Amino acid sequence: MTAASEPFILNIGPQHPSTHGVFRLRVVMDGEIIRDLDMIVGYLHRSMEKLAEERTYTQNIPFTDRADYLAAMTGNLGLALAVERMTGYEAPERAEYLRVIFSELQRIASHAMANGTLISDAGAWQTPLLYMFREREKILDLFEMTCGARLTTNYMRVGGVAFEPPAEFWPALQELLDELPDRTDEYAQLLIDNEIFLARTRNVGVISAEDAINGSLSGPALRGSGVPWDLRKAEPYCGYERFDFDIPVGKTGDVYDRFMVRMEEVKQSTRIIRQAVEQIPPGPHKNDVPLAIRPEPGEIYSRIESPRGEIGFYLVSDGTPAPYRFHLRSPALINLSLLRELGEGASLPDAVVTLGSIDIVLGEIDR
Amino acid sequence: MTAQPVAEALDRALPGIVVMYNDEWVEVAADRVDEALRFLHDSDDFDAAQLSNLTAVDRYDHFEVVYHLQSLDLNHQIALKALLYEHEDPILPSAYAVYKGALLQEREVFDLMGIRFQDHPDMRRLFLWEGFPGHPLRKDWLAMVGPHTPGLARFPYENLDAPDRLMNADNLRHIEAGHAEIAHPDTGASGQTGQGH
Amino acid sequence: MSDQPLAPPPPLAPPTAHRPATPMLQQIQDRPGVRDSLMGVPLPLKAAGAVVGLVTLALLAGVGFLVVDGRLEGQWYDVRDLGNATAGLRGWLQDEGVDHRIIWVILGTIGGIGILSVLGGWLLIGSWVERRVLAKFQIRSGPNRTGPFGLLQPIADAVKLMAKEIVIPRGADRFLYYIPPVLIFVPAMLGWGPVPWAERMTYLDIDVGVLYTIAISSIGVLAVFLAGWSSNNHYSLLGAMRTVAMMVSYEIPISLSLLSVVLLTQSMKLSEIVAFQDHYHVWLIVLIPFAAFAFLFSSTAEINRTPNDIGEAESEIVAGFYTEYSGMKAGLFMGVELGHAILVGALMSTFFLGGYTMFGLEEWIPGYLILATKIAAIYFLFVWLRGTLPRFRLDQLMGYAWKFLIPIGILQAFVVAIEASVFARSDAPALITLGAFAVVNLAITVVIVRFWADRLGYAPSQHATRPQLIADGTLGGLKAARKIREA
Repeated sequence: MTAASEPFILNIGPQHPSTHGVFRLRVVMDGEIIRDLDMIVGYLHRSMEKLAEERTYTQNIPFTDRADYLAAMTGNLGLALAVERMTGYEAPERAEYLRVIFSELQRIASHAMANGTLISDAGAWQTPLLYMFREREKILDLFEMTCGARLTTNYMRVGGVAFEPPAEFWPALQELLDELPDRTDEYAQLLIDNEIFLARTRNVGVISAEDAINGSLSGPALRGSGVPWDLRKAEPYCGYERFDFDIPVGKTGDVYDRFMVRMEEVKQSTRIIRQAVEQIPPGPHKNDVPLAIRPEPGEIYSRIESPRGEIGFYLVSDGTPAPYRFHLRSPALINLSLLRELGEGASLPDAVVTLGSIDIVLGEIDR
Repeated sequence: MTAQPVAEALDRALPGIVVMYNDEWVEVAADRVDEALRFLHDSDDFDAAQLSNLTAVDRYDHFEVVYHLQSLDLNHQIALKALLYEHEDPILPSAYAVYKGALLQEREVFDLMGIRFQDHPDMRRLFLWEGFPGHPLRKDWLAMVGPHTPGLARFPYENLDAPDRLMNADNLRHIEAGHAEIAHPDTGASGQTGQGH
Repeated sequence: MSDQPLAPPPPLAPPTAHRPATPMLQQIQDRPGVRDSLMGVPLPLKAAGAVVGLVTLALLAGVGFLVVDGRLEGQWYDVRDLGNATAGLRGWLQDEGVDHRIIWVILGTIGGIGILSVLGGWLLIGSWVERRVLAKFQIRSGPNRTGPFGLLQPIADAVKLMAKEIVIPRGADRFLYYIPPVLIFVPAMLGWGPVPWAERMTYLDIDVGVLYTIAISSIGVLAVFLAGWSSNNHYSLLGAMRTVAMMVSYEIPISLSLLSVVLLTQSMKLSEIVAFQDHYHVWLIVLIPFAAFAFLFSSTAEINRTPNDIGEAESEIVAGFYTEYSGMKAGLFMGVELGHAILVGALMSTFFLGGYTMFGLEEWIPGYLILATKIAAIYFLFVWLRGTLPRFRLDQLMGYAWKFLIPIGILQAFVVAIEASVFARSDAPALITLGAFAVVNLAITVVIVRFWADRLGYAPSQHATRPQLIADGTLGGLKAARKIREA
């Protein structure tokens, strides 16, 4: 006798504790094992690319805040650099250093959030998340001092940065830099050798180097698979070639490797900021750039290394102050290309942890 | 890297595939894009291991699909373009067989620009729901009802006759034509012109 | 276009007097501290406090005198053991000639009210305690707005939950849906029956107390399963499946641990297990450490607490088996969780930590306070685990029970059986035999656990590694990755 059966379909999201936003997974399950999964995105779609076609290049910078809202600085910088490369406007040297400092601070804040939520997904009841938020709060305080906003900073401009940091910024930054190594050691003690955390993340969600490259992965997801690729080294922008830093790469490409790559990148970012603070020259923080920038007709694909990977801007100009076509290459979306393959055959907790390790931001996925 | 060696190698390996090239990109025949991608992916000289970016541009009379490939080992980028002159149902071979990373990018292009990719394993809309009228990133999709007018009308002080204005005159006409269409008093509730394809 | 003067301030200005970076930080700095609020207490109040303190000290000294004098022993007003009062009541009722069945009902009601008030009092304070302690682990404040120190927070929560609408999902089995929140309270209350709070203070001092405990604890499975099944929700069903699988598995290690306890103490009566530990001045956790560990770990699985809270794993299946319950129904589930936690604390203390005794301290401090302290310590351990550890996966937990806890538990029971027969026959002083047992059991446990862990433990690929740091030069794609991997 056979019993009738039907597929056990679980809707994870759009409102779910571990989807990090309005992300939906439709999962076909067999007991605890996932047989198939389908991702449904678009709940936060604002048609940014269409809206951008009606705004000037400077007016478009706030859109990049709202795209990757956990790494607004790097989004701003990506667009500002793309327009600069297109028009030939240049940022003064001091502005380049400020850009490096702020994007690396943003990287630390974003990685803190990513790793904290990953461990929350693994079941640690928010403790590591709140510990990591301690640094993130301080970094957001620094942002607030400088540009008045904590999340949607709108700080980088074509031809420089919007504001010179106030006088009390520098001692506060120094204080943060002094305590960051202690903090990372603290997390290392709490998490890195934790047996349960290892059991949950080791050999889970393994992405081979071949798949990672072929699947257009970038950022920590690519480096976790052992591919030494970082646009800060490969195509140095904002004078990254001046700084001495290393690229961490993982071995097996599992969740744990991606986690550790982020932990190590926090240390490397601290190194970069230290060097930048020591070397920063005096001078103006921005050059004069017209409000309505009219690039020559043409196109450019310009990319930088955001905390989530390669954030690229494909801009087509027709000579007007507004872009004819504005495309944001979203690392968070494209890093999900392999999600279905990763999910099939995994158990539900593994899939949740894998999703957490890819570090998605729905504002950027849906745009 | 400059496009010339890419174009020459492509032409040598797959005769007739290169339509034109300039300093920045190579235009290949639209129905043979997958061959070009496969060649560049497998070739040792170009080693285009990763599809960095895939997007499309509506140029009014045609669609431009842009592929930015990159080699991580050789640290260079290659831009390929394919032009599609079909407006109602443009179709292109999918890059998924070569690059798994094309999975979501092609779905996004299909959703927002309306270009279908043949042999794509999962050709559905990505952000918008099934049944959404039209494809919003097309230039003739003007869904803004109400006092907002799309396009250049947002810049009322722009001098359209300024000599330094290097704008394509054809584009401008199209925009104004689309603009006139949406402002048409006789059409009732809907101002959308881009639906139906 | 620049709207600011271009000359910037020097980059590394010497640190000025520290002022908070943001208005919010300023606000936090300006908030009055505890000392500031104590400054405002008027002098008469302070004097009254001092008088109360002195009077309390004098009373305590008087009581101490009575205890030393032995005049308090067994009197009905001897509050070191509330069983004296009920015994006094029973004696008085018998003297009055009341029928023994009525006495039985009266005393049963009093005891039941006592247990219920323990449970209810805990529910009133428990969630506040848990949240405050957890908040301390997480460098935040926890509830601190409702009443003094946020103490009224559980009441506010309860009022809110009661005021909420109870939504029954479409397609739910309405009858079965109503039962579980009530049913799950049954083991949480009945489980307290055989727990001895002091020498004469046991509600249900039955001879098969251990068996009773095991039997009662398995009622919870039924409630969980009903809740998950009747909700018509896939999250609930998954949670129920997980919880049932886990509870059924982990009852075996619990039973094996208790088997060791029973073999060693030669009794299934909880008060006699405590008496054994009191008599030989040794806690069973010292004699059979593995059983104690297995009991504690399995209990966290039974009561759904971290690291074994997979039945209601928030990041995976939202709230598990009670996802679809709202209002006070969900509140009952949450309350039962708190109740279970202290019940497990009480059982753990009784079986392994000497129960209400504390090496003679129970002569001075009421036994129930000692037991409460031990329960609090174990509860703190639970909160600590919750604030620290990630969660296991279902297959890992099941494997842990079946491959690790159960085989070693059986072995442990075997060894303890031999020891118990030796203990019963030998004439050597208890200090020597029990000391030898403790050493032998610890050694066996360490050896076996090491051996087992080597056989079943993690492969080298699961060990922690640090990421490799790549300086300039080897940047690249697949080829570079292969080169790094081979190096």
